[in-house]
Amino acid sequence: MARQPVPLTAGLIALGLALLTLGTAGVVMANGNGLRLSDADFAALQFTLLQAALSALFSVGLAIPLARALARRRFAGRGVLITLLGAPFLLPVIVAVLGLLTVFGRAGWVNDALALAGLPPVAIYGLQGVVIAHVFLNLPLATRMILQGWQAIPAERLRLAAALDLPPAAILRHLEWPMLRNILPGATITILTICLTSFAVALTLGGGPRATTIELGIYQALRFEFDLGHAASLASLQFAIGATAACVAWSVAPTFGFGAGLDRGYHLAPTGWRLCADAAVILLAAAFLLLPLSAITLRGIGGLANLPASVWPAALRSLLIAIPSAMLATAAALCLALAVARGGLRLLDLSALLPLATSNLVLGTGLFLLLQPVVSVAKLALPVTLMVNAALALPFVYRLILPQAQALHRDYARLTAALGLSGFSAFALITLPRLARPLGFGTGVAAALSIGDLGVIALFAGEAQATLPLVIHRLMGAYRTDAAAAAALILVLMAFALFALFDLGGRCAAPE
Amino acid sequence: MKYLLAAGLLSIATNALADTPVLVVLTYDSFAAEWGPGPAVEKGFEATCACDLQFITAGDGAALLARVLLEGATTDTDVVLGLDTNLTAAATASGLFTPHGQTPALSLPTPYANPLFLPYDFGWFAFVYDNTKLTTPPTSFAELAASDLKIVIQDPRSSTPGLGLVMWVKAAYGDSAGALWADLADNIVTVTPGWSEAYGLFLEGEADMVLSYTTSPAYHIGAEGDSTKSAALFTEGHGLQIEVAGKLATTDQPALADAFLAFLTGPDAQGIIPETNWMYPAAMPAANLPASFSTLVTPGKTWLFPESDVPAIRDAAVTEWQDSLSR
Repeated sequence: MARQPVPLTAGLIALGLALLTLGTAGVVMANGNGLRLSDADFAALQFTLLQAALSALFSVGLAIPLARALARRRFAGRGVLITLLGAPFLLPVIVAVLGLLTVFGRAGWVNDALALAGLPPVAIYGLQGVVIAHVFLNLPLATRMILQGWQAIPAERLRLAAALDLPPAAILRHLEWPMLRNILPGATITILTICLTSFAVALTLGGGPRATTIELGIYQALRFEFDLGHAASLASLQFAIGATAACVAWSVAPTFGFGAGLDRGYHLAPTGWRLCADAAVILLAAAFLLLPLSAITLRGIGGLANLPASVWPAALRSLLIAIPSAMLATAAALCLALAVARGGLRLLDLSALLPLATSNLVLGTGLFLLLQPVVSVAKLALPVTLMVNAALALPFVYRLILPQAQALHRDYARLTAALGLSGFSAFALITLPRLARPLGFGTGVAAALSIGDLGVIALFAGEAQATLPLVIHRLMGAYRTDAAAAAALILVLMAFALFALFDLGGRCAAPE
Repeated sequence: MKYLLAAGLLSIATNALADTPVLVVLTYDSFAAEWGPGPAVEKGFEATCACDLQFITAGDGAALLARVLLEGATTDTDVVLGLDTNLTAAATASGLFTPHGQTPALSLPTPYANPLFLPYDFGWFAFVYDNTKLTTPPTSFAELAASDLKIVIQDPRSSTPGLGLVMWVKAAYGDSAGALWADLADNIVTVTPGWSEAYGLFLEGEADMVLSYTTSPAYHIGAEGDSTKSAALFTEGHGLQIEVAGKLATTDQPALADAFLAFLTGPDAQGIIPETNWMYPAAMPAANLPASFSTLVTPGKTWLFPESDVPAIRDAAVTEWQDSLSR
């Protein structure tokens, strides 16, 4: 594939992302007293890498059988289940942690059941707790990425395999493994990079100061030491790890193609023990992901009557940020993905990973340092949050669109050219319908992430600009745990409704 | 976006039209929240000053100081409300604050005078427990360490109460603080980034006790009519947190700032604080406290390091804490 010149818009988007992430870290660095790393930072680096690597491996490893089972089976409620499985990923961190603890904690359901059966309790606090929580949060994302890969194998190849009576091992070797080799590296680095910047989950479930991550070091440097240089050094370390992970992923991900299909529905559904195994995988995963969600729902319902009035305007504000920010993230991610699919520079790909490796606190502090001398930051709180949330959501949308965009280019570029389609008609007749599924899912994820993310609003908000996550944070900080649980339930419902709306929209618009 | 622009223009218009002086107070989230002291304090002060009192917020005390340092001389803030005695040395070193000139009659458990920072409330750190589940709470750190009770604490590197606990243990145990932390290690279920996660975990039943304040039970009594929460009294004494306000040297409303600080330590604002901020007012006789505070325990001994010694002691004590718990 010949290298194409980078389209102007994609180049500008990449530049914008680099400025927002590396640029803000640079501003923080420039305001500090030189770079500095301590021995404690290297201990934190070790733990950060260990937990991120384990979390990514387990999330992706468990997602493979789950995605395969979901791809092969059709059952009542399958669509709803796939949508519901997306929910943990959208939860605000502290809500997810409390939900997990209701199930797996010292006084949780699992330990209650073990006690009834006369068995010793299991401890969640420690490295295992950190990994369990990260798998809970990221397994759904990994599953959806891999499931899309399975759905992208054209039905004609599967029919051919069935006609040739290929044994499962041969199907795995010729169809499934090439697809997985293409998808898994991207999925793994995405989740690894998300877990790199983990802070509250790692510390709360890690059980003590052994579970110190780089992000905690950043927090400490900015809040208690006021050492901007130290914070910038740690932020650079996070970027370096993210970039290294991305390079490793590129070197192992081959380009491949199945060729285009005719969009006829067909799925392999082997019977016998394989049916039982698939059913068990789906049931176990559904229980693992949905039990904590039920706990969150049960906790929230009780407090609904005591919600303070400020929850509703905050919810509206969050919606008004989430929808445009999701649209922005998706449009930008689509530009980047199409440019990369046409053979654009690898740097574009790296720019789409940058926001994942960014420390929110460093980004917010950098923006604050830039804007505060010029304007009143409280007046910009909502537009800045909208932009930042779009940038933070972009990597997810990009990663979801990219494999399909590459397939689209491989399979349809020549046909499109032969038909003389270009510009808007090519976009409306080929690109949009072929990418409807990942675009819908991606926009849904972006909207839900934006609604659930504290983002940088906490650094900027004035008296009357709180978003719903900030209100939850404030309620929890003022003993009002019942009201916080109820507000969190409302947040989850809103995030989920937005997500489901876009996701279902995309699935309906897709061919097949 | 449209409504944002409209709101922005509207607020500019009202400011220009009304031409009342504006006092900007930077404070932590829970002070300005609708359930905090902020709204009542604002109403009370605006009734006396013919001015507009505006709160801007940052997460907690440490976030306030970080913001003041980030803004430096370019700030619009006139008064900073919500630093504590572990932060005042760093705030003093910034050179951004100017003497407050107030001399209220303080009701603190220990003498306190700082020309730059004016106390408005205080509280003792304490371990809070559920008195229906734990009938004989430990009466000292030593007894807690020897028991198999489970506690949740906050990380001193990211949380003000977490730092308060480390300083309390250091004050009470001196050179043997590290040994006490090593003894406590098997009691600690987990360490959370902030107070709210720890308190949430405790309410979920994940631990028998949580590091909070002796005044925490007053919230449950006063706001929820629930008297099942108590604070354990330790014979080693309790660490003290004094919350203070300070006037920035760059203020364009020095007289208004002085009037606000005087109001803050006056009877009206002091009467608002107990049942909104859930701390003891710094300048109010104990007899005037609300009923929800009547059953609270009062420590026999109070620990507070001199503010200027805090930075050196803090760094060593946090490292000691980390080393003892990481073993």
